[in-house]
Amino acid sequence: MLSRPAESGSTSTALALSVFLVLMTAVTVYILMAKIWWFPPAITAVGHEIDGQFALTFLITGVIFVLAQIALAYTLFRFRDRGQKVTYFEGNNTMEVVWTLVTLVLFVGLGLYAQNAWAQVHFMGAAPGALPIEVTAEQFAWNFRYAGPDGKFGRESSDLVSASTGNPVGLDPNDPASKDDVVVPVMAVPVNRQVELIIRSEDVTHSFFVRELRLKQDAVPGMDIHMHFTATVPGVYEIACAELCGLGHYRMHSTLTVMSQADFNEWMKQQEAANQ
Amino acid sequence: MAGSITEAVEIIDAGRGGGTGTPAGGGDDGGSSSPLPPIPRRAYFTALQLGLAAIVMFFMALASSYIVRKGLGNDWQHTPMPTVVWFNTLILLASSGTIILARKKLEDGDREVFRSWWWVTCGLGMLFLAGQIIAWRQLSAAGILLSTNPSSSFFYLLTAAHGAHLAGGIFALFYVLFRPWKRSRISQATAAELASIYWHFMDGLWVFLLVLLTLGR
Amino acid sequence: MVTEENGGGHGNHRPPSGFIRKYVFSTDHKVIGIQYLSLALFSVFLGMGLSFLMRLHLAWPAAKWPFFRGGLMTPEQYLALMTMHGTIMVFMVLTTAPQSGFGNYFLPIQIGASDMAFPVLNMLSFWTTMVSLLVMLAAFFVPGGAPISGWTAYPPLSALGEISGPGQGTGQTLWIIGLAIFSVASLMGALNFITTLIDLRTKGMTLGHLPMTCWTWFVTAILGLLAFGVLLAACILLLLDRVAGTSFFIPGGIVISGQVIAWHKGGSPLLWQHLFWFFGHPEVYIAILPGMGMVSHLLSTFSRKPVFGYRAMVGATCAIGFLGFCVWGHHMFVSGMSPYSAFAFSMLTMTIGVPSAVKTFNWLGTIWGGKITFNCSMLFALGFVSLFVSGGLSGLFLAQPSLDLYLHDGYFVVAHFHIIMGVAAIFAVFAGLYFWFPKMFGRFLHEGVGKVHFWITFVGVYATFMPMHFLGLAGNPRRYSQMTAGPFLRALQPLHVFITIAAFITIAAQFIFLFNVFWSLFRGKEAKEMNPWHATTLEWTIPSPPPFDNFGGVAPVIYRGPYEFSVPGVADDYILQTLAPDLVRKA
Repeated sequence: MLSRPAESGSTSTALALSVFLVLMTAVTVYILMAKIWWFPPAITAVGHEIDGQFALTFLITGVIFVLAQIALAYTLFRFRDRGQKVTYFEGNNTMEVVWTLVTLVLFVGLGLYAQNAWAQVHFMGAAPGALPIEVTAEQFAWNFRYAGPDGKFGRESSDLVSASTGNPVGLDPNDPASKDDVVVPVMAVPVNRQVELIIRSEDVTHSFFVRELRLKQDAVPGMDIHMHFTATVPGVYEIACAELCGLGHYRMHSTLTVMSQADFNEWMKQQEAANQ
Repeated sequence: MAGSITEAVEIIDAGRGGGTGTPAGGGDDGGSSSPLPPIPRRAYFTALQLGLAAIVMFFMALASSYIVRKGLGNDWQHTPMPTVVWFNTLILLASSGTIILARKKLEDGDREVFRSWWWVTCGLGMLFLAGQIIAWRQLSAAGILLSTNPSSSFFYLLTAAHGAHLAGGIFALFYVLFRPWKRSRISQATAAELASIYWHFMDGLWVFLLVLLTLGR
Repeated sequence: MVTEENGGGHGNHRPPSGFIRKYVFSTDHKVIGIQYLSLALFSVFLGMGLSFLMRLHLAWPAAKWPFFRGGLMTPEQYLALMTMHGTIMVFMVLTTAPQSGFGNYFLPIQIGASDMAFPVLNMLSFWTTMVSLLVMLAAFFVPGGAPISGWTAYPPLSALGEISGPGQGTGQTLWIIGLAIFSVASLMGALNFITTLIDLRTKGMTLGHLPMTCWTWFVTAILGLLAFGVLLAACILLLLDRVAGTSFFIPGGIVISGQVIAWHKGGSPLLWQHLFWFFGHPEVYIAILPGMGMVSHLLSTFSRKPVFGYRAMVGATCAIGFLGFCVWGHHMFVSGMSPYSAFAFSMLTMTIGVPSAVKTFNWLGTIWGGKITFNCSMLFALGFVSLFVSGGLSGLFLAQPSLDLYLHDGYFVVAHFHIIMGVAAIFAVFAGLYFWFPKMFGRFLHEGVGKVHFWITFVGVYATFMPMHFLGLAGNPRRYSQMTAGPFLRALQPLHVFITIAAFITIAAQFIFLFNVFWSLFRGKEAKEMNPWHATTLEWTIPSPPPFDNFGGVAPVIYRGPYEFSVPGVADDYILQTLAPDLVRKA
């Protein structure tokens, strides 16, 4: 028995499929290039580096995306059944070697390139003199603790935690270093000053996320995880929880305000006064 | 082929037999009229190795959790190894010896002696399990329970997991003794070989766990 | 007497009788395959129903619906829907249909065997899977309802019990037990598949003559064999933390809902993540690999050309399988894991993109120069290629930890895994069903209805899931029951409404598919030919549906590879694997 007769209507189907693939590709690329939904501007130097890495990745994956979808669209249209003869080949070893090596170099290279920003975020700790802020996550709120004028964090204990008496992080009142600790539900930092975050959790795993910092870190109970950043643009930025923590996960929200050093000192004084 | 009627059908558990002795490709399938297709003997050994691989992964997950958990938090406290555990180990090692002996006798055609040594192996296996339970009771009498300390949690968990798998092995040993092998796809000798590979593996696994628990303590 | 070497006598056996033996507790791999496919079909519609409700709430969170107490869906109800949606789709659909469904039905046939190596074990695997589904579904009906910790069940949320949230009591416990049972069922199935593939291949069916479908079922089974034991261990540890007071995963010092948890200390939430993802990453390859094999098979068949680079495809499949065990840490970049480990996992993850790319190039090479028939099966296979490209490329972003800092646990991830698993893998199942339906049931699925289903679905899935990338770029976190907490989230609401509408249309189209299946079972065009697609593999040499022992007691003999299409100098544009060389008609 010979091969089957050409399917009628295959041209219209092939055309429709090709056209859809091209359209889908075009719309997607347009939306991305027009940045209709996009990151908010970064406010740290490492954030800009990360954006650069994003751009590079977009470029490479974008080119591959367009080429692959167009190649598929073209191939399926060109080789629709019109009664033509089939070119028989089982493969091409040279091509296999070439495209394996090219993708390997490209992907691994891209990955290696990305490590620079990662190293800056995580391979080095905060510099001495960074402003330490302890971030304590709980179901369903953020607490930020500043060390106060003495520059020391007081002792905390979980049995002392009591939301009703205004002690969400369990400060030990008997520790002199605790007396000037300031615990607030919103975060403020001075611009252009390195901040060291000590991220912890009281109950389940949460995740501290600020888009403009390009920073995310899980807050894991039982661990104190250090992060650092230096914000360069004043403004008010949103803090969202990025690890499922229970029914209030969606509303575990706070703000980070970056202000001038002078304004920050003023803010700090107000918080300390309110503390008394 | 159409025309020749040979069937060999059994249910794997209760040995509810059917058929007239000479199996065609049938064997341990359920149902009174669905004999099984023939499969090569080596498939049973492949399957056993695969099963052992899966069991290894299960215990490796537990063992690596043990190592990680021990290294974290500073709440690890030494769980004393009940002395009876050493006796149990000897019993288990001995049972590996008796199972080898039993199989040798089967090979020699000495079925009665095979059955005796096979029974001894079953007995030693059950004695091992009883001994493990005694070890548990000794620990709990000393106030060391499952949740007392991570080290005790792992002790109970690892011994229980091993014990459960060994119990499966004892069931296999009984199966070798009691299943009517004439109407099966494989012979009793093959079944005995399969069971003994599993048995030795359980033995070796126990030694590994013992080393882990001893070094870890 | 039993002859040992071939397991006994000549292959003469009679079919089972009685309804229970034939259709319920059957040991026939074909019946079991259909049982798995049916379980998956039920589960996918259940899972879709759950996502329907989820998207309803996301688009209109303040709206009142008659089926909720007080009218409003509560956040915990949303999270319970989400948890069960993910769990049911990943385990009861994607781990069953492509592998246990089609694999069970067609693996023995494609290798020339009359059944799986251990038919009774096979039957037990299915019924154990069914039990696991029932245990999981029971979570909906217990006090507190279904769990809310996601399909990933991270402790302490999943370990502390009811105090950490509604559904975290009995519901979570049932979920864990259901999953443990599922793991055992999967291990049994994997063992059967691998043994069958190694030991039951018929004469001439060398590894080099195996269809790509068999290769992927093989590697998938190996992944399952090695991964599910780890999940089982993790489930046991989590269960003990919940009910026995152990502290594998629960650290000390926890204060939750005003209560100090004094009886736990020293455990590590990260330990669960390591165990879970060590299983979880191979799991997603279990979900996609059989689909890749089916797509290779179909692209070849419906372009009338051999699979391009068969050996490279086999190598890529094995590479994906192996590397799949080495990359689990990429789910944990921001978890608090060592950043140096993160670097290592990142490099390995970028590497796993290479065999995936190789497969894509080879798919294009398969259809290049061919003669493409655009039936429903081929449409879904081609759709798979497009979706795999789209879904796979977003992985390149997520594999870089510096980018993952922003994208982790956001909608970009949701887009990535839905396009790859929730769409591409499902497309492969559709493609396989349109292809194999005539063989399984003796009737074709209706092509016209199928084409309507294809078009609405293909456009619909892109409309539903492409925008999720944009949400992710805008910073939308995942697992939020509503986007109301802050200005940047509220600004994204219109996109959520668009996605919901697209999803509703796509979900509606699946009922067209359901109708097609049931209608065609009874009224579909009869498949009078044994080999209507002029395909080359063994299933096309036996009647539709096949007899209970597949080959009538005569073991087939294989003379060539599975993709001999349009061979020059041959009269027909395909050569069956079983056609003796002297019977091949010359042009």
